[in-house]
Amino acid sequence: MPRKTKTTKKSRALYRLNLPAHSENLHVIRKFVSEIASNLGFDEEAMYQIELAVDEACTNVIKHAYRNDQQSEKIIKITLKVKEDRLIIIVADKGCGFNPAAIKSPDMEKYIKKGKRGGLGLHLIKSLMDEVSFRMKPGVRNEVIMVKKRKG
Amino acid sequence: MSNFEISREDNKEITVLKLHGYLDAHTAREFEQSLANVIKEQRFKIVVSLENLKYISSAGLGVFMGFIEEVRKKGGDIKIAQPSPKVYKVFDLLGFPNLYEFYDQLETALKAFEKTQQPGK
Repeated sequence: MPRKTKTTKKSRALYRLNLPAHSENLHVIRKFVSEIASNLGFDEEAMYQIELAVDEACTNVIKHAYRNDQQSEKIIKITLKVKEDRLIIIVADKGCGFNPAAIKSPDMEKYIKKGKRGGLGLHLIKSLMDEVSFRMKPGVRNEVIMVKKRKG
Repeated sequence: MSNFEISREDNKEITVLKLHGYLDAHTAREFEQSLANVIKEQRFKIVVSLENLKYISSAGLGVFMGFIEEVRKKGGDIKIAQPSPKVYKVFDLLGFPNLYEFYDQLETALKAFEKTQQPGK
């Protein structure tokens, strides 16, 4: 069923970056995102938060989304939608997806005892961005949608 | 072109690893390898200097987490020195200050080990 999207507030600008889901591209992704955030007038702290949140979302895609998939093209799609009052960043993949409800806040002491080292990314994203939501269609399109408010 | 480098200095029993540049899921492997090498040499008193570290993501924090238990069991520690405010903020968001010792100066981090080395002094 086609979905109708509300267009009450038009996007002022749209940026897209599609690239192979490989960790060596994280640097490129951060540059892309931080340049745009800087142009939009985000201050240094907000820029760093946006850069880090996007890095974490992409790191999750690189590490987890395609891990059992040898067939399809492993791609990360990053979309930035600039609105009057906020920047929306969507990190999408076609991998296995995950259940966002199953991800709990990490118990750091337990993590350290076990020498565990993953699972911190989503927790960070939630503390860095104003809103975070998910849309999961495994094998089709999984999205992490992050919002940062613009001051103004 | 590499955007991450590590230099190492052995100062008696203490090893100082100085991180330069950007520590993310890509470059974390290099840090992990360096730390593993130090531990393999039975050196458990480690200071990681972040003076020249411009960026860290959770993958970088994960490296600290992966080794700390083993190092402490051997009577050592991994102490973190000279993080910039924005790098420190990431550690702070994940509760690291409760679990690790942070120092503004490299000197004080090194001295903290001396105290545990020579409790009688």
